[in-house]
Amino acid sequence: MNQDATVETPRRVNLFVTCLVDQFMPNVGMSVVNILESRGIEVHFPSDQTCCGQPAFNSGFRNDARPVASRFLDIFESTEGPIVCPSGSCVAMVRNFYRDLFRDHPDELARAERLSKRIFEFTEFIVDVLGIEDLEVNKDNDATYHRCCHLLRELHIDEQPSSLLKNVEGLNLKPMERDEVCCGFGGAFSVKMSDVSTAMLNEKLDNIQATGASTLIAGDTGCIMHMQGGLRRRGSEVQVVHIAEMLDAKSDRGGSS
Amino acid sequence: MEPTTKAFSTAASRALADVRLQQAHEVVYNGFHRARISAAADTDEWEAQRTLGKAIKDHTIANLDYYLEMLADNVEKNGGKVYFARDGQDANAYVRSIAAQNDVQTVIKSKSMVSEEMGLNHVLEADGVEVVETDLGEYIVQLAGEAPYHIIAPAIHKSKAQVADLLAEESNTERQETAEQLTRQARDMLREVFQRADMSVTGANFAVAETGSIVLVTNEGNGRMATSMPRIHVAAMGMEKLIPSVADLSAMLRILIRSATGQRISCYVTMVNGPRAQDEEDGPEEFHLVIMNNGRDRLLRDESLREALNCIRCGACMNACPVYRKVGGHSYGWVYPGPIGSIVSPVFTGLKEGHKLPAASSLCGACHEACPVKINIPRMLLELRSQTAQGEPDASQRASGLGERMTWKAWRQGMMSRTRFEAGSTVGKLVTAPLQREGWLSKVPPPISGWTDSRDFPAPASKSFGKLFAERKKIDQQR
Repeated sequence: MNQDATVETPRRVNLFVTCLVDQFMPNVGMSVVNILESRGIEVHFPSDQTCCGQPAFNSGFRNDARPVASRFLDIFESTEGPIVCPSGSCVAMVRNFYRDLFRDHPDELARAERLSKRIFEFTEFIVDVLGIEDLEVNKDNDATYHRCCHLLRELHIDEQPSSLLKNVEGLNLKPMERDEVCCGFGGAFSVKMSDVSTAMLNEKLDNIQATGASTLIAGDTGCIMHMQGGLRRRGSEVQVVHIAEMLDAKSDRGGSS
Repeated sequence: MEPTTKAFSTAASRALADVRLQQAHEVVYNGFHRARISAAADTDEWEAQRTLGKAIKDHTIANLDYYLEMLADNVEKNGGKVYFARDGQDANAYVRSIAAQNDVQTVIKSKSMVSEEMGLNHVLEADGVEVVETDLGEYIVQLAGEAPYHIIAPAIHKSKAQVADLLAEESNTERQETAEQLTRQARDMLREVFQRADMSVTGANFAVAETGSIVLVTNEGNGRMATSMPRIHVAAMGMEKLIPSVADLSAMLRILIRSATGQRISCYVTMVNGPRAQDEEDGPEEFHLVIMNNGRDRLLRDESLREALNCIRCGACMNACPVYRKVGGHSYGWVYPGPIGSIVSPVFTGLKEGHKLPAASSLCGACHEACPVKINIPRMLLELRSQTAQGEPDASQRASGLGERMTWKAWRQGMMSRTRFEAGSTVGKLVTAPLQREGWLSKVPPPISGWTDSRDFPAPASKSFGKLFAERKKIDQQR
């Protein structure tokens, strides 16, 4: 858990929705909004936001990532209160990797350091900040959960999603072999080393399909796109949903309530 | 060893297509990786042990000159000789001169990755010296004329049938079947060599500065035979492999062995304190310690990469790595495969030449999680990607193409304004609209065309989140 978590329940949060959710899976963002609003929390979406800079940073192009990250700092510094983000890898970018990106830029480094204390991954925010482990949602379904790499190993967020899912009424969670192993996404890696990435994906898809679950739940959009894209290509009917969609009573994604 | 890091992609594709190799790779997860996890779970305060290991190595590397001098002094006090080698060629020249001066006919080796860096076997063989590896896995790859596949399990890629063929051919005896028979056959072959060898070359899992000892961790006893039977013993180590004290050794052995094989202790742990003393019956007459740099100073100088010198060569990162498990050990093209190899190989052999290695990672962090001394490998892979993508600080090491650089410039332009961000998405929608099925595309253009080789790609959503959210706020306000 983030060390300086706000103790008091916040009335208003800022949403960093991430570029992938914004452009490819906007319903994930809407589910985050639904869940927070259902708890009486006002959601503010700084409408100028784009990206945290992670794609260029991961590809080694730090000089291109830096102005984008700096812009991210500008936008969210002008807000107050916690920042909630439905992606482990984007939170890890801000919390862990801005340190390297701004290594030789002391001013931005200090600003990033401050901002990183305000940003929370979605399930981390619900469980650790709001203190909620049961979102009182009902979804009749057989599903399995993939533990996305950055959530699990960069942020050590594992118990939070698992307790939230355990408390979903009607949800039959099936254990998956090697659920901690990477799906092979890795951003540009999936394109640059497509065959290696595909071999990793195939192992993952075999393990998903072996559970017999009709739905796969995951916490990071890139991984969801990757696994859903692979399942579709295989002709599989398995739906891949973001954990926020599964936990959103208003969403029909992840099973009927 | 001549690096072939440049050919990573072709080698990886070959390994991916090899069904037998893919099956062989499973043992690193099902065997070593799971064994490490259960050994860690059975160890009190495992996390604290890792923290201690990291602290010992951080301290040693921060004071490397001091401890190297202490080690050298103490080895000499024990009657040994120390040679600081600049690189592999320098180290080879020293070992060759010892062999020549002593008219050495046969050298036996106990596993040494540093000697692989040196390419020592071929150099000695060119001088007419017979060189025989005595670690069973190393012996197998030597007979096959290959490089080690894994730093702990060099022949993990070989099937029992392949081993049977190799041993039968070399020994000119009957082809054996079972693992037990094969081990016995190899043992008989090696015993004979042990008896006539006049010099041994070993590695060093650790060197202890305060006592001038070198430490070998083995499961086959070949390390002890190699350090006690021949007349001359040469140990080769990288200059980072030392630790200050015997107390540190117990802490390091605890994490090394559990991380490597999941054992609490290996069958043999051998401490060598120089040549035979006057009142001793056994041991070599001469002991030489070769301490090699070979590019390690580049890691030492670069603060962002220095942590790689903390590596104790346990192989846990390879066993944890989902990329290693697909591409196998030979694809990496140099002595050290897997995640740690993707850092040290390019630094030792040239960043530009080896730039594919740091790119060959999904940054999943399994290596960092597995490392007994908590080396943050993903962070260093990112650092090397940056050094090779941008050619900073060294422009001559830039490995990115113009097209790639332009793509990221364009990406940056798009991300610096919400209007352009939305516009990019609108163009994407228009272009893909006639091609999509249920919101998915089966073909996308470069630079991301590799994606749709095996996966559908999502079409941009009909409305961005920004637009959906704004619409909803409007409705809320009208209520």
